[in-house]
Amino acid sequence: MTDNSVIEGAPGACPDCGTETVAGDRFCEECGADLHLVVAGMPADGDARPSPVCVACGGPEIDADGFCTRCGFSQPESRDRVELNLAGAAGVSDRGLRHHRNEDAMALRVTTDDSAHLVVVVCDGVSTSDRPDVASKAAADTAADVLLAAARAGDDTTTATRSAVAAAVAAVTELNEHNGSGNAPACTFVSAVVSGGEVTIGWVGDSRAYWLADSGSECLTVDDSWAERMVESGQLSAADAFADPRSHALVAWIGADAGEVEPHVRTFRPDRPGALLVCSDGLWNYLWEAEKLAAAALPAALDAPFRVATELTALALERGGHDNITVVLVPCGHPGSTRSTES
Amino acid sequence: MTAHPNFRVDIYQNEFLPEGAREVNAIVTVASDSSSPAVSQTGPSVAAAEVIIVDCSGSMDYPRGKMIAARQATAAAIDALRDGVAFAVIAGTDQARLVYPLQPGLVAADARTRAAAKAAVNMLKAGGGTAIGRWLALANTLFAGTGSAFSQPSRPPAIRHAILLTDGRNEHERPEALAHTLSVCEGKFVCDCRGVGTDWEVDELRRVATALLGTVDIVADPTGLEADFRAMMAAAMSKAVADVVLRLWTPQGASIKFVKQVAPEVADLTARRVTTGAQVGDYPTGAWGTESRDYHVCVEVKPAGVGDVMLAGRVSLLLTGTGGQDEVLGQGLVKATWTDDMVLSTRINPEVAHYTGQAELADVIQEGLEARKTGDLDTATAKLGRAVALATKSGNADTAALLAKVVDIDDPVTGTVRLKAKVSDEDTMTLDTRSTKTSRVRKSS
Repeated sequence: MTDNSVIEGAPGACPDCGTETVAGDRFCEECGADLHLVVAGMPADGDARPSPVCVACGGPEIDADGFCTRCGFSQPESRDRVELNLAGAAGVSDRGLRHHRNEDAMALRVTTDDSAHLVVVVCDGVSTSDRPDVASKAAADTAADVLLAAARAGDDTTTATRSAVAAAVAAVTELNEHNGSGNAPACTFVSAVVSGGEVTIGWVGDSRAYWLADSGSECLTVDDSWAERMVESGQLSAADAFADPRSHALVAWIGADAGEVEPHVRTFRPDRPGALLVCSDGLWNYLWEAEKLAAAALPAALDAPFRVATELTALALERGGHDNITVVLVPCGHPGSTRSTES
Repeated sequence: MTAHPNFRVDIYQNEFLPEGAREVNAIVTVASDSSSPAVSQTGPSVAAAEVIIVDCSGSMDYPRGKMIAARQATAAAIDALRDGVAFAVIAGTDQARLVYPLQPGLVAADARTRAAAKAAVNMLKAGGGTAIGRWLALANTLFAGTGSAFSQPSRPPAIRHAILLTDGRNEHERPEALAHTLSVCEGKFVCDCRGVGTDWEVDELRRVATALLGTVDIVADPTGLEADFRAMMAAAMSKAVADVVLRLWTPQGASIKFVKQVAPEVADLTARRVTTGAQVGDYPTGAWGTESRDYHVCVEVKPAGVGDVMLAGRVSLLLTGTGGQDEVLGQGLVKATWTDDMVLSTRINPEVAHYTGQAELADVIQEGLEARKTGDLDTATAKLGRAVALATKSGNADTAALLAKVVDIDDPVTGTVRLKAKVSDEDTMTLDTRSTKTSRVRKSS
């Protein structure tokens, strides 16, 4: 068996900061990036960890049932821990500590030509529905493909976002046709298209997008949740609404039983360097204020988004990891550019 | 390619452990089915060998009927031999004498050889001592095929089974000599042991049966021998594969607390492990027909973190081929998942609980009877009382009935008992011999 313990993002260079690395190094000397975890830039198809090396003991062989033949440790399913480190965006999706599978899904699409489009979709499967993990993955992949095709064709991103949501609804509804029981597969949805200095956000449910910068950080989305509805309609204060056990109940979602899905779409043009954060509630349950997220993520997120995505995920795990955690960071280095300064 | 029985392996366990816990328990149920068309076609052609060992010591004449019953039972067993099975009959005294065939070796069963063997058996007379080890050693020689009576002398038949009948203690041989012979015979053939009357030693015969992966039982009344021999032979003739081992893989750093067969009877296999790899050991299970056996595996692993899942054991049933290639007949996974959810980690698996109780039941019966024998009546009462409670709780009606012949039961649930003043040897020995018989888990409907 060949030694696959180091998977390099770019030969000889730290994929996070570009510093030359020495073969066999575990961490980057310059930025401390974990070179073992770094995965080369491929679309988020869930197979982001091709290594046959045991995550627990480093043993060389994993059996057909997914266990290390040396220490017996169950290897993370492809989605228990998905890590993506692309040129221009990075994401981590983690099962967390309480759930037995990762029902979050993320899809990243980056064009490699000069047009420089970047697409992020994060979906969070509804735990009480059937096959939420399948629903979230279908929705994220379908929508990301629609958004990328539209961006390449130069279509209007707001229209494209609505089309992407419709395509996601269709994909998840189709899952229900093979579904015997009454709980139609369902998930949340948040997308971001970064193109030509403009950020277009679309969402259904309570997964969020944040703009993080040295000033003017804000949450770009408003949850389709019971709590937000109560606050919006003036029936409850924010404190009372979020303290209610019903606070997280979704009032809109993607699924066959969702009725007419009308996504929120918002366009935003950054006026200073910052980072776009797209995440599931597994993160924002623990850290929800935009300023605090910005303080945790910046300035490192501008140069090393993968490291920061890993750190934010670790933070959610340390605070309990009660839900699946998905964190995607897109550094927006300077106004008018969608490409990060990582290269 | 020979068709083998289908082996189905199921694992019953609570894989959820509290943080820091190390011990993983699982019940492995193994069911083999050799009744499928593919197997039955090849069934009769499975090469088998049978040796019947009849105690002909002097005591077999007291009472008179014992030797007569032994001859009749042996004749019935010979009649039950399938055509083509290589067989022999040994008369056991302080020596071992080949009764049939006349030349050293085994002969294939057919109408003529069966008749000749029965005629020879009919001439058996009692007279002499008892040296069980010598009887087994001769059987082992015959199975090994040194008599060259086989069509393929270089390769002994797959299924090698012996019946051993005795009525007394192993008086004409040192215990070490018997132990040595058992270690030589281990894995060479399976031996079912029967004690007739009440003058034999339960422990001694249990040691023989355990070492040779067979059963042990009491036939107190010689008239019961014929039916018992016929049943034993039918079971032996139904075996479709021999030399099946239970292979256990465990993670690095794990230790195996025990591996026990727990149904149909308790047999501790822990010490029978043959290490076959860095983290792999084989436990012998003998020959299988259409039957079901349960095993209790207890492994200690290095605890992992909350949320982590570990393979604590991989249990395979495999045929250790004479051709050198092992064939996996079935396998199951024993897992460990650490959780901080108390509801999950404190859940008691009914199969594990049941068989833990059944293994304890066998222990307390044997300890209670031993204490009773040595006059430690307090211990005897406590142990046998505990046995009554365990048998009642687990619905082991057969054992409960045997216990009721040894103790008066005031409360079967709490196990409040009084030792009976007068108990027959037969009842004591029957309880002792059958203490290892377990009841199955009652499946909830």
